[in-house]
Amino acid sequence: MKEISLHILDVVENGITAGADLITLWVDEAVDRNLLSVAISDNGRGLSAEQQAKVSDPFFTSRTTRRVGMGLSLLKAAAERCGGGFSFASEEGKGSRVTCSFLYRHIDRAPLGDMAMTLEVLMAGYPEVDFFYCHLYNGREFEFDTRKIRQELEGVPLNEPAVLRHLKAGIEEELERLKER
Amino acid sequence: MAKLSVADLKALKEKVSKDISLREGKARVLVTVHMGTCGIASGARAVMDALMEEMDATDRVDIRVMAAGCLGMCSSEPNVTVEIDGEAPVAYQLMNANKMRQVFKRHVLLGEVQSDFAMATM
Repeated sequence: MKEISLHILDVVENGITAGADLITLWVDEAVDRNLLSVAISDNGRGLSAEQQAKVSDPFFTSRTTRRVGMGLSLLKAAAERCGGGFSFASEEGKGSRVTCSFLYRHIDRAPLGDMAMTLEVLMAGYPEVDFFYCHLYNGREFEFDTRKIRQELEGVPLNEPAVLRHLKAGIEEELERLKER
Repeated sequence: MAKLSVADLKALKEKVSKDISLREGKARVLVTVHMGTCGIASGARAVMDALMEEMDATDRVDIRVMAAGCLGMCSSEPNVTVEIDGEAPVAYQLMNANKMRQVFKRHVLLGEVQSDFAMATM
């Protein structure tokens, strides 16, 4: 993947396929500590112990569920070649959590990329799912919570095109501000 | 003012509320962007972004957009399927943002299948 935000989009879709209605995204750019960490959790069905053991095996996939396959193994490989780590935890019936880290200034690290577009596309494709996105930059924090946005929009769906454009621009604006401060 | 502020979101809600009621009828056109790992790796996100931009620009209210998984033709990703009521679905292959805009303007809005980009009709 050319951007880490594309890995994030891919992994989030695993959770949605597993029946999640809330996805929590956490991105921590600790430039001062040379560390980029990402955590993605869902409240979907989770995986059995047997399936968990095979999660980062690229040749394990279940054609009927498509919950695992190339996606996680690509992310694991990307993290490990950048001096970082990867872990996967899951509990059947409760959900899954993927965490990974990268050395921020590792020469092979893909750029984080367009997180605003990743969220826009997720809200466009899965309007019934809620997303809680927390982005840290050197300890400063930005939070985006579709549950709160929905309250303000009073029934206007998140995938309404004008709403999506507005939210995408809003996230871009806040992320820019986060890095400027 | 910040776009994600409460005041801005309220104003946005007022602005789009009337479009929402118009959209309540049954959709006549369904556009599906296939976003499996293979689709995402080859550019489906930019395709979906361009599609939503076109959706915002049109006044048509009978079009729905969906994300779906891999079609099983990973080497021809990004794939997009256009289904118009009463017509055979058309699967497009090797899409990008510009091809998506063309397919939207010609096929989705005017009904002219863009056979140069089509993989197959199903």
